Amino acid sequence: MDFRVTDDQAALREGISDFCEGRLPFETLLELAEKPLDRGLWSEVAELGIFSLRIPASDGGLGLGMAEAALVFAELGRRLVPGPLIWSALFAAILPDVESGGRVVTGLDLVRPTSDPLLVEHLVGSDTLIVLEASGVRKIDTSELQATAVETPLDPLTPIHLVEALPTGDMIGDAEMVVRLRREGALLASAMQLGICQATLEHATQYALKREQFNRPIGSFQAIKHFLADMLVRMEQAKAAVYAAAATADGRGVDDLDRTIAVAKLLAGESAHKNARQCIQIYGGMGYVWEMIPHFYLKRELVLETVFGTMDEHADRLAELLAERVAS
Amino acid sequence: MDLRYTESDQAFRGELRAFLADAVPAHGGAPFRHDWDARRAYDTGWQRTLFDAGYAGINWPKEYGGRGASLMEELVYYEEMAYANAPYVPINFVATRHGGPTLIAEGSEAQKTAHLMPILRGDEVWCQGFSEPNAGSDLAALRTSAVRDGDDYVVNGQKIWTSFGHCSDFCELLVRTDPDSKHRGISWLIMPMDLEGIEIRPLPTLMGESDFSEMFLENVRIPIENLVGKENDGWRVTNVTLRFERGTAWASDIIILQQLLGDLCKLAKRITRDDAAAWDDRSLRREIGHLSAEVDAVWAMVKLQVSELAKTGVPGLGGSVIKLAYTELNQRIYELALRLIGRAGLSRDDVAGLPSESIVDKYLNTLSLTIAAGSSQIQRNIISERMLGMPKEPR
Repeated sequence: MDFRVTDDQAALREGISDFCEGRLPFETLLELAEKPLDRGLWSEVAELGIFSLRIPASDGGLGLGMAEAALVFAELGRRLVPGPLIWSALFAAILPDVESGGRVVTGLDLVRPTSDPLLVEHLVGSDTLIVLEASGVRKIDTSELQATAVETPLDPLTPIHLVEALPTGDMIGDAEMVVRLRREGALLASAMQLGICQATLEHATQYALKREQFNRPIGSFQAIKHFLADMLVRMEQAKAAVYAAAATADGRGVDDLDRTIAVAKLLAGESAHKNARQCIQIYGGMGYVWEMIPHFYLKRELVLETVFGTMDEHADRLAELLAERVAS
Repeated sequence: MDLRYTESDQAFRGELRAFLADAVPAHGGAPFRHDWDARRAYDTGWQRTLFDAGYAGINWPKEYGGRGASLMEELVYYEEMAYANAPYVPINFVATRHGGPTLIAEGSEAQKTAHLMPILRGDEVWCQGFSEPNAGSDLAALRTSAVRDGDDYVVNGQKIWTSFGHCSDFCELLVRTDPDSKHRGISWLIMPMDLEGIEIRPLPTLMGESDFSEMFLENVRIPIENLVGKENDGWRVTNVTLRFERGTAWASDIIILQQLLGDLCKLAKRITRDDAAAWDDRSLRREIGHLSAEVDAVWAMVKLQVSELAKTGVPGLGGSVIKLAYTELNQRIYELALRLIGRAGLSRDDVAGLPSESIVDKYLNTLSLTIAAGSSQIQRNIISERMLGMPKEPR
């Protein structure tokens, strides 16, 4: 058993991180806020190979696994990279031109019946809308959609459109494919949430060391220290959970895959949310300000919470799996 | 990023499992909690059984009678002990996890020869003389004094939280040998418990019984051969022991929590509220599902820590992170368990076929987890200071 990140994996992660450091500093994110998807940026991101990760080498991809995907998506979450990254990653091996960045895929997860409105992320800038239902996978051309832009989306980097009715589109996958896609989607989302969890801890730590009040860094005060310690513990728990799910998805685990994924999405989501919340708190007045980074993390986390299973859904699933284990 | 065990680890697991399958039932159930003679016999007897089978001192070097297991084997060992409901070893805890490892790292040859094998065989029971009424979180403020007089140290003072003081043979004792220097004035002594001047007073806890004692030392003469390491170097010696801990401290406990959640599921199906099984309550199920996620994650944290240590020699996470996460989680699980059994929670003995003893007693016991071995507040200080670089508390 060697559960660590390998040197190659760390290098892959660093590559993404370096790109984002140069191309997506916070000033750039501020400029991108409340604007439609920047297709130029999207092409650059695609060129990094993030949509080729899990395509087999024989098909010209990188032939890597979920472990690498999880690390990459954690970086993408950490850097608040905008766009329907998860949906596109899920369809990179299924639809043409996704890998190159030529086709942008967004989606709706409608597997669980709900009265929630049909709100699509990044409709402008996307070419394809995927709809997941219990019965199968539908592909819809975004040009066929009648939709109204939501003027004030929660996440400044995730524009939203309201769709009244969905056209039929084409059935491109069955119920089994839906289960697989939801599972993978949950794992990639949990990885992005882990990135948010990590980033908010990093930012809050730096702020606590720099910001002075009463003639000393606010990180001197135990209340702040203890918030930060809790943020670290939460992050380490989320990290271990996401890594365990990724390793299991690659066939290198010891537990049931569904179980590990539910654990990952539940805990990464909860940890990201709490850490983003605490980050705002530690920033004090500055945490409430548009032009500071903390609220971007909280808002992105709230978007990720609503896809591929909420915390409640995954907790329910874990209870179900526990009861099954106990009965057998 | 691989969680699978190697073939040789699994072979080790198989042998151990087979051994435990016979040895655990043969050893029988634990004796009544207040029967100290029976408890000492039970725990030391189990230690002897492990020794005879070659499993004592799982991570002790072979040259001292230990198994010398690899880190992964050690993890497997704790896992299997939990799965088999093997006797926990409270009475042997200090000797096998603390005193013995300290002697291995810092003891003289004579000290190692005198104590290590007897500890492994269960012939020697040790207690810990560290904390004092005025030296808990601030252990270095301890005041029990040791003054050289000829070939002895003359020791005066008081210790508290001495587990099993009344049935121990030796005590790992921290004393002050230099009153003028806080951290550099402490020494580590082996104190035989049959010396004159030692008074043990049982200290009942909120559990009612007295695993713990206060220990009063009046002119106790401890031979200088019993000094471990150098005089005034005891603080460093104590911290060396902590580094012997390889991240597996809580491994069995975490597996036990996983099993407990399964038991609570079964229990919730038996218990009814408002004419339905408690398990039918979605919010209860959801809470249990959530807790099971946290237990799985803490187990994954242990594996990550062990992986880091196995390959780099440096623990990945502080033990503080795991201790903090595990202890607070454990408490929350027992809070739920107590709520689940309702009125039956008013009894600390099993009643009407319900496991009140294991739930209520354990619940009470968990109250100490966030206090002992570095309180949760101290752990948060440690994490924020040593891992995140926050300014240190005034000392």
